[in-house]
Order: sequence, then C-alpha cells, then structure tokens
Amino acid sequence: MAFDEYSKRDFTVIGTRPIRQDGIDKVTGRAQYGADFSLPGMLHGKVLRSPHAHARIVSIDTSAAKALPGVKAVVTSADFPGTGSEVQDVQDHCLARGKAMYDGHAVAAVAATSGAVARKALKLIKVVYEVLPHVTDIETAIKPGAPAVQDGLRHKKAPDRFSDNTTGWCEFGHGDMDAGFAKADIIVERTFKTSSTHQGYIEPHACLASVGTDGRADLWCCTQGHFQVRNLCSKMLDMDQSALKVIATEIGGGFGGKTTVFIEPVALLLSQKAGRPVKLVMTRDEVFKASGPTVASMTDVKIGMTKDGRITAGYALVRYEGGAWPSDTHYPGAQCAFASYDLEAVKAQGLNVLTNRPLQAAYRAPGSPQSTYAVEAVVDELCVKLGLDPLDTRLKNAAKKGTKSSYGPTFDEIGLIQLLEAAKAHPHYSAPLGPNQGRGVSNGFWFNFGGETAVSLAIDFDGSVTLVEGNPDIGGSRAAMSMMAAEELGIPYEKVRTIVADTASLGHNEVTHGSRVTFAVGLATIKAARAAKREMCARAAKLWGIPAEAVAWENGAARATGHNAGNHDPITIEEFGATCTKTGGPIVGHHETMAEGAGVSFGVHICDLHVDPETGYTTVLRYTVLQDAGKAIHPAYVEGQMQGGAVQGIGWALNEEYIYGTDGRLQNAGFLDYRIPVASDLPKIDTVILEIPNPGHPYGVRGVGETGIVPPLAAISNAVSHAIGVRMSELPMSPPRILKAIKSKG
Amino acid sequence: MSTIKVSTTINGDPVEFLCAPDEPLLDVLRDRLNLTGAKEGCGTGDCGACSVTVNGRLVCSCLVLGVEAEGVEISTIEGMAEGETLHPLQRKFLEHAALQCGVCTPGILVASKALLAKNPNPTETEVRYWLAGNLCRCTGYDKIIDAVMDAAAEMRGA
Repeated sequence: MAFDEYSKRDFTVIGTRPIRQDGIDKVTGRAQYGADFSLPGMLHGKVLRSPHAHARIVSIDTSAAKALPGVKAVVTSADFPGTGSEVQDVQDHCLARGKAMYDGHAVAAVAATSGAVARKALKLIKVVYEVLPHVTDIETAIKPGAPAVQDGLRHKKAPDRFSDNTTGWCEFGHGDMDAGFAKADIIVERTFKTSSTHQGYIEPHACLASVGTDGRADLWCCTQGHFQVRNLCSKMLDMDQSALKVIATEIGGGFGGKTTVFIEPVALLLSQKAGRPVKLVMTRDEVFKASGPTVASMTDVKIGMTKDGRITAGYALVRYEGGAWPSDTHYPGAQCAFASYDLEAVKAQGLNVLTNRPLQAAYRAPGSPQSTYAVEAVVDELCVKLGLDPLDTRLKNAAKKGTKSSYGPTFDEIGLIQLLEAAKAHPHYSAPLGPNQGRGVSNGFWFNFGGETAVSLAIDFDGSVTLVEGNPDIGGSRAAMSMMAAEELGIPYEKVRTIVADTASLGHNEVTHGSRVTFAVGLATIKAARAAKREMCARAAKLWGIPAEAVAWENGAARATGHNAGNHDPITIEEFGATCTKTGGPIVGHHETMAEGAGVSFGVHICDLHVDPETGYTTVLRYTVLQDAGKAIHPAYVEGQMQGGAVQGIGWALNEEYIYGTDGRLQNAGFLDYRIPVASDLPKIDTVILEIPNPGHPYGVRGVGETGIVPPLAAISNAVSHAIGVRMSELPMSPPRILKAIKSKG
Repeated sequence: MSTIKVSTTINGDPVEFLCAPDEPLLDVLRDRLNLTGAKEGCGTGDCGACSVTVNGRLVCSCLVLGVEAEGVEISTIEGMAEGETLHPLQRKFLEHAALQCGVCTPGILVASKALLAKNPNPTETEVRYWLAGNLCRCTGYDKIIDAVMDAAAEMRGA
C-alpha cells in the first residue's frame, strides 16, 4: 500500500490538545515578529507614495533628499537591474515604473540613519505627475469607454459588451443549459455585489535586509512563504537564488495577504545601495493602501428549480476586479460557485477587470466567498418562494462521492451530506426565533492544496527529535507537525521540536497557503518519520543479524518480529540516538514531494441575527460552524480556524469595505474607519468538526484553514433578508444599506 | 530636536532613557529599551497590540509620549510572568489555544490583566466590551474569552 494513502487506525497523540511549543514565547512577548529584528549599523527605510489614483510620472528629482545629512540611499524603479521578467507586475507594484497605478503606489524609497530623517527626506523628493483619468469601481471599469488602466491587456475571449479593462476570461461547466432551465418550475436571476475587503492581519508588513558587498544577502521578513520571497526578490534583483537567504520571522497573521512581496525588494535595493542593513516597516495606512486586498465583485446568478426543490440548471457570471494588473481570482470564483451541488446542467463564467487599485492578493479561499454568496442567496430565495426547507433542499442537490463537480473533476470521498445532516440535527437549527430576527444557512467549498514540500527529521543523541520544515507557522502548525512526528515514531509529543528553517536549510517549500500545510507538510513529516524508522530498523537488523523485514517499529523502539520475536531486546529511539556514532552515524529521515491528494473541503454555517428596524444595525445572536476536517490533528486549532474564518466572514458581510472617493483615493485606510469585528460585536462561535477521512493522506487530514470564510456571506445575507423581509444583494450590509432596504418595502 | 532624559520604572525596575519630545512610548519601549513585546499594529490607538499599563491604567503606548513616562510605573508583557512562573492568564491562553499568530496576544494579556485587577468576576459580556479595543483577526475571540473567564475563576479561587 502506498504510504500516502489513508488507512484507518487508532491514534495516541493525534486528536489530543497539547500546548503549542511556540506558545510560551508568544504569551511572554519573547516571540520575534517582522518588526522585532535589528542589526548593528541598521538604517531605517521609508517609502514615498503616489497621492494620485492614476498618473504618469514625468520626473523624479531625488537630489535634495540625497543631500540631506543622514540619508544613505534613495531608490526608484530605475534601480532595479532590469525589466521584462516574469515577475514584472509584482516588481511594478513594489515600485512604480512610468505610471502610478493607484493611490498609495510606491514611487521612491529612502534609507536614513533614523526614521525621522527618512521621513524628512521623503518630503524633499520632487515628483512631477501628469494626472490621468482613473477608475476604481468595477461597474464603471467594465463598461465600454471606461478609462483604460493598462493598454493592450484585453482578453481575446472577453465579450464585446465589456471594456478593454477585461483581462481574464474563463468558463466551466457541463450539460445542456437550455434543457435544464426548460425543466424548471421557477427561475430566479439576480446580480450581487461585494466590496473589496482586506485580510486585516494585525502585523503590518515588515522586513530587515542586509546585502553584503559580495552580493550575498540575508532578509528577515514576516511572510507566508520565505521561499517565494526568495524567488521573487532574486528575480527582481538579478541574484542567484542561493545568494539570498530569507529567514521567516514569526508572522502576525496573513490570510493570503503575505504570500507575495511589497517592501522586501525595496529594502534589498536600499541595503545594496547603502551598504548597510535596512529595516522597512509599513504603517497601517500603507497596509490598507498598498498591500493586496481581495477583489470586489459583481456576480450574476440564474438558477432553475422544480417545485420539489431539485435544481435543474445553474448559471453564474463572475466579474472580479483585481486591481491595476491582471489577476486570476475569477478562476476559483467561477470554479467554486456551484461546487456544493450535483447538477446536470451548470455553467460558470469568470472575468477579471482592471481598476486603479492595488493588485489584489489572496484572501482565505480567494474568490470562493464572493461567488458562493451569490449562488447561496439565490438558492435561499428559491426555497422561500417554493416554501422549502433550505437544508433539505441543499441535501436534495448536494455533491457527493462520484458527483462530476461543476469545475470538472469527479469528487472522491466528501462530507457535504454528513455536514448538512448534522446541521439539520443541531439544536441551533430548531431553536425559536424572536421578532426582527432571522436565520440563514449556507454551504461553502474550497479545493485545498498540496504543492512542493521538503522536511527533514533528525533523531538527536538523546532520542529526542528535531523536525525541520519550511512553512511559516501561522496558527499552530508546528504543534501539528510535532504531533504527527510523535504519533508516527511512537514517542511523546514533548520529545519533538519543530522549527521553521530558512531558505538555505531545506529544499523549496511552497507558500503557507491553500490550506496546504497540515496536509502536505504533515504528509512529508509522516514520510520523513517513516524513513527514519526504516533506517533504525535496518540498523537493528544488522546488529541482530536478521533480515530487515523481520524488524518492526512499535512504541518508540525497533522490535524483532516473527520467529525472531523475543530473541532480542528492543532498541529504543533513545538508544539509537545515543549509539548512532557506532551504528552508521546521524539518523535523519527526510522527505521531498509534490504533495497531491489534498481532499476538498466543505462547510455549512447557521446564523441567527437580529436587525434593529429603527437603525438597520445587525447583531449576530448565534453562530454555528460545521466543517469536515478529514482528521483533526489538534482539534482546538481546527476549531480556531473555523471560528476565525467565520468571524472574518461576518466582518465582510456586515462592516468591511474599501471606500474610494471620486478622486480615486482610499477614504478609510485605518482600523477606525475600516472596522473589523471586535469582541463585543460577536456571540460565541459554536463549532462541529466532522471527520470524513481524506483518502489522500495517511491520517485522513484535509486542510481546514480556508473553507470557514466561504459560507458566512450568504448565511448572514439570508438571515438579514429573512429578518427584514427584503432580499439583500450587496455587501457589506451596513446599517444605512439595511435601512434603505427596509424603507424600500414601504 | 534635542532629546530629553526620562526616569521611570518598568516592570518594577528603575529605567532611564533619552527620547525626543515627540517620540511615542511604544517606540521608546521597542527601539530604545529593546522591549519588543508590545507591537505596533496601527500607531493610532485602534488595535490595542501595544497595550501597557501606566500606574495601573490600561493605555495604548502608541498614544503616550515617552516623556510622559517620567516618574510613573509602567507594566508591559515582559513583566507579566514571575521568573519561570506564568501568570494564570498566560497559562490559560495556552491551555485554551487562545492564540493563533500571537501578535495581538501581548496586548490582550495586558488588557485582560488590567480588567481582572478592576473586576475579578466579570461576565462574558464585560470581558467582551473590555477587550473591544484589542483587535484579533485570527481567533474570532471565542477562545480568548474562554481563557479570560477561566483565568478569572482560577484567580478568584473558584
């Protein structure tokens, strides 16, 4: 049997809730995040940003800034060694080349002996702009005649009715759509809009770059993927990858927003020029204006249904705006829209629209929440019109093993039906509601991901274990890895220490994204542990003079089996560690893979809320998240992912939005005006973990990080719609928008 | 701008430093005194990641000037544990998995300790409103509230 396939087994460590090993540092203030590193001789960097949404940069005069005492380097995009690489868009996002593409776009940067001097120097840089027509909203940007954000990027398949800002086009589905809609007793068609939102990580982007005169460099930064940082920066700076060592600091949240670079190449350029280390830290204002928020969207959905609740056809057109450069988020948007359903006729089309906004980055299940929101709201409306129970209707149409998914592949073992049944049986679903209250439900789906992964596991001289992995730990993953290594080796969790190594210490590791880490790094960890076990068993066989197949690993020791059983005292992992210099040297298991077989993930959410009819203010009263984890390695951190995702979704549904003025400037670039949920906004978030094993992982693990943000948008929208008796179709459902909807009833 | 000499007490220890008159206490703690436990999440008093107490009062250290530290007693996350013994709040945060990325955790712990000093027996709602000035983006607050309530109960000897 292949080692990466699931086999049912009893667990000792998996499923328990030990204390994370990086926890002490994090509750005592010792943990070092991006902005916490310093070096002797360090300079402070600051970035000059465009005040215009769209402008040609006629000239940049840095002479006065350079002449200011204490200024050691000034850089612009002209300081990059070249153009035209495959990462040019990312490079242009880091430092504007020729044109400023959005309010807050970096134009130049300074390194000086203090932050105060650097700030003063920024004011001495003279930039002459020729202001160009701009467009920041998707509805205007997609109309023919809209200001062109970039020329020549129109997608050849983009329909004529859309402007030249349309840079992406995709289509998924199967079946006869006309026949499907002809079979329907009722058809609902609606357009939905969502605003751009920000990941809202509490730690701003921060890095420390140190470039030596030999061209070799070290870079400390808070990132979800330091190997990817190395990849991008080395291309932009025309360096050998091996010449750049990137060290991932502790990371203060990312949610997809720290999967690319914004300031890291700039800090490297400054350090290169100044010959000294440079620290560069974004302010919160810069994070909002010039990192990578998620797409705003405008989605048409049309669904036909029979009277008894069978969906006959589903259609979606997903329009996403991804900022001033082409983005591909419309792909997962179109793919995920109908993924929860087993449909005979389904079609989802997606497109990307350029606007004068920052290039969007990933945000937790990128693209799925927006399109799922539109589909789940229409399904809810159909249920209301036909007098059907929304969970029964979803059960009737639910995707299951063998379903040809709306995006192509056929599903293997999935847990959607079990989730819907558990939701129906949950006391929350039958609890009574009061006046002005509503209940909403929604499905949610995310693919999950594997990717390139490398780990190394050493049996130390005392039999304790050091596990070296290459994925920044964003929410307890080191604990999960230690647990899987301990389980596999049959030793206590406390005996394993997992560290996240720098880019010089391991093979390339894909970014911490796609809910991949517990699945893929876990899989590699288990295989590395198995490799170490094989090595120890082979050494025992040699010592005992018996065949390797006659030795098995059990409870932390090599044991003779079969007719050799009892003839030899077991050799424990401690003994292997202590005697390794006499048995062949250090004992290390390692594993490198392109991890495949990430099981897809579904979730179902139930939300109760109250809407104040006088003010339009919404209070979430009760919230339940049900999700399939495959196998929950550390259930407390699985619950944490489910709760955190749900609350980000609550913020998205009710409060959060990027607000641009007619001048193209962002009006709410701070936590006071871009309001993420606070503790007093929320009830407890109940969680129900289901475990339908993923056949592609030895322990059955599915990623759990992303699915939790998918259902809340529709669950809350459906609940508000029921509470006020008006179908809502735009997010966020802020009090003025709800009040307007209530008044529209007359 | 010339610097000013300030004498203060931090986590019980006498400390002297020089700082510019417009320099936030947070920058003094982090950049001059190497106390990097307090984090800058916003610099505008909206996120609470830089929470410390000044004479027992909970403040955002990004909104206090370094020069205002003259003659006061400041407590930061670095002073919460006593040697190797964690404060009950720190222990309960670990037991309840009340942190994911952990960057808001120092501020939330300092704020929670300040709450329990004023109100040893808070309701869940009181905890939620007290912590409304401390943003956490990872946890949805659920396990944080559980940890604070549990620590409060233990500290009361309940």
